[in-house]
Amino acid sequence: MVPLTGYLLVGAFLFSAGLYGALARRNAIAILMSIELMLNAANINLVAFWRYGEAAQTDLTGQVFAVMIIALAAAEAAVGLALIISVYRERKTVNVDELDLLVG
Amino acid sequence: MQGPTWSDGLAGLLTGLGLPDMLALGIAYGIGAFILVNFGMVSALLLIWITRKAISRMQDRLGPNRLGPYGLFQTVADAAKLISKEIITPSQSDFLAYNAAPILSVFGVLILLAVVPFAPGLIGVDLNIGVLFVVALGSIGIMAALMAGWGSNNKYALLAGFRVVAQLLSYEIPMVLSILTVVLLTGTMSFQGITEFQSLTIGGFNLGIGWLGIVMPAAMLIFFISSLAEAELTPFDLLEAESELIAGFHIEYSGMKFAMFFLAQFVNAWVLSALMAILFLGGWQGPGVGLPGIGPILGIGYFFIKAYAIYVLQQWVRGTFPRVRIDQMMYFAWKVLVPATVGLIVVQAIVQKLPFQSPVIYALIFLANIGTIWIVVTALQKYIKSEGLRTKRSFEPASLIGTMQKADTYAMY
Amino acid sequence: MPPLPPLPSIGQLVFAGIALFTCASALGVVLARNLFHGALALVATLFGVAALYVMLEAEFLAVSQVLVYVGAIATLITFAIMLTRSMMYGKTSPLNRQWGKTGLFAVMIFLALYGFVGSIPWADSAAPVIADESMIARLGEQFVTNYVIAFEVLGLLLLVALVGAVMLARDND
Repeated sequence: MVPLTGYLLVGAFLFSAGLYGALARRNAIAILMSIELMLNAANINLVAFWRYGEAAQTDLTGQVFAVMIIALAAAEAAVGLALIISVYRERKTVNVDELDLLVG
Repeated sequence: MQGPTWSDGLAGLLTGLGLPDMLALGIAYGIGAFILVNFGMVSALLLIWITRKAISRMQDRLGPNRLGPYGLFQTVADAAKLISKEIITPSQSDFLAYNAAPILSVFGVLILLAVVPFAPGLIGVDLNIGVLFVVALGSIGIMAALMAGWGSNNKYALLAGFRVVAQLLSYEIPMVLSILTVVLLTGTMSFQGITEFQSLTIGGFNLGIGWLGIVMPAAMLIFFISSLAEAELTPFDLLEAESELIAGFHIEYSGMKFAMFFLAQFVNAWVLSALMAILFLGGWQGPGVGLPGIGPILGIGYFFIKAYAIYVLQQWVRGTFPRVRIDQMMYFAWKVLVPATVGLIVVQAIVQKLPFQSPVIYALIFLANIGTIWIVVTALQKYIKSEGLRTKRSFEPASLIGTMQKADTYAMY
Repeated sequence: MPPLPPLPSIGQLVFAGIALFTCASALGVVLARNLFHGALALVATLFGVAALYVMLEAEFLAVSQVLVYVGAIATLITFAIMLTRSMMYGKTSPLNRQWGKTGLFAVMIFLALYGFVGSIPWADSAAPVIADESMIARLGEQFVTNYVIAFEVLGLLLLVALVGAVMLARDND
């Protein structure tokens, strides 16, 4: 059987990759994709801890919260992408460092 | 997984021969996958022949009749032609997306065959989430269409890709909801479980005609209409309306790559008819499937007869209906089918909680279904009336506007 | 001669393959210069994560992942990329000025997590579970009993997000 450490490391890698993408990319859509990666990393951890927990058969809290995160990600993507499209229509760009209307 | 399947049996046999467990399972499932994939590929040839024959009969033509008995080998010749054709790659196409799209589109359809129960025990793998699996894997086809549209570096292909997504996503919802009514009643998401639920045992003999389509005709009709849209058939074939648009998202594909999209489309139509046969017409259930020995063979026969009959029905609709406009298509999905199905589910959920015997509950569900059909037909009648009026008005000369007679005298009769 | 470590089982090999695939595609998401390729890599990552769920015997979750992420979210993202496609042909860098520092920071975070995860003796194996239909039924029950408020709020959130997205993306003219 695969040790729990394996799943946690995959989660950690996905989280770090997502963190890098969210902070280093200029395109807002790329940032959104990186955030999805981080949410997935959290989900892997939740499900892995559920599976290796004491009462995996009866206590499904990990799965419940994983489902909730999936739904949350859907809501986030819908609103985020609507914002991006709306910004693109106004400013003709989705690069976040060019959206400097508030910079004096 | 529930119940032994034939691959488990084969794996048991191999283990008996002295192979290790994992290897035996791997070989058994490998053989199963090989058979299923080849079944899908070969049946596509037959499906294309059926389509051409059925549609040509409806159009008072003979259809293919030169090669082989009844022109059966015409499709083989066509396939050979397509294989030998030059594959043209548009300049500046996106290599990854352009080449992966046809593979993904075939993959997304063939993988669905894994959960189709052909007979008692004859199923690739009896997932306990089989219904959800089919719905989820349907999104691969959407992704493939988008990739093809984008990768072709052609604005018409890209627009067609957008249309595919709009249509398939819209009609996925009424389809899923109509499947949900079945899941609600049977209490299982495994296809084998749904099929077994539809037996009708009288005096120890399985008549096998407890079909859900009899109890829920509205859900069956909604599933059928959505499956027409999902399979991109007339009246919803706006994605590649041959006589009006250029071919759709696969316009830049030629030779075998085009053939792969073509194959995926036909097998997809067949898988959807098979799903309808399983969900609403009992799948392999029929008189005598409970008998030992002969039962499974009868089951395969019943299943294929039903699936192909529904496939021919699809082609019948395809050959006779006019194409709808895209706004009418969206209107129908979002403002007619989705509310009707949601209402149906709510009513059914309440009815199933009522403290009655199951025959009474079935009768009530049947009544709810009839009510749904009535509501949908009324809504459509209203729409057609107003549409007829609008079309008439748009052809009036501008000088007559304001002098027209009262609106209701223009209504269609 | 010290004893050799035991050979990996088939399950471990499969896990290693899936983990490598997932991590490589995740790198593809953040490193791809072409945004559309990044989105395709995201789809691959999501499938990899779904495969991990299957290995964890959470089949329902795996299928939900494919249904929601690949079917809806990835499609939406691809749509947005195509609608803003003029952004992809510029000569500007896809990375901002702080990418070097950020890369270092991300690597450090990963190493810290690696050290942290590696230093704790986690369970090597879990008790077997029967992942049949009764488990899915129990999951559903949890949603309408213990977590009913969260579930309802989630439904409200989805509705609000939907309406908000329509309002935001609508053409005002």
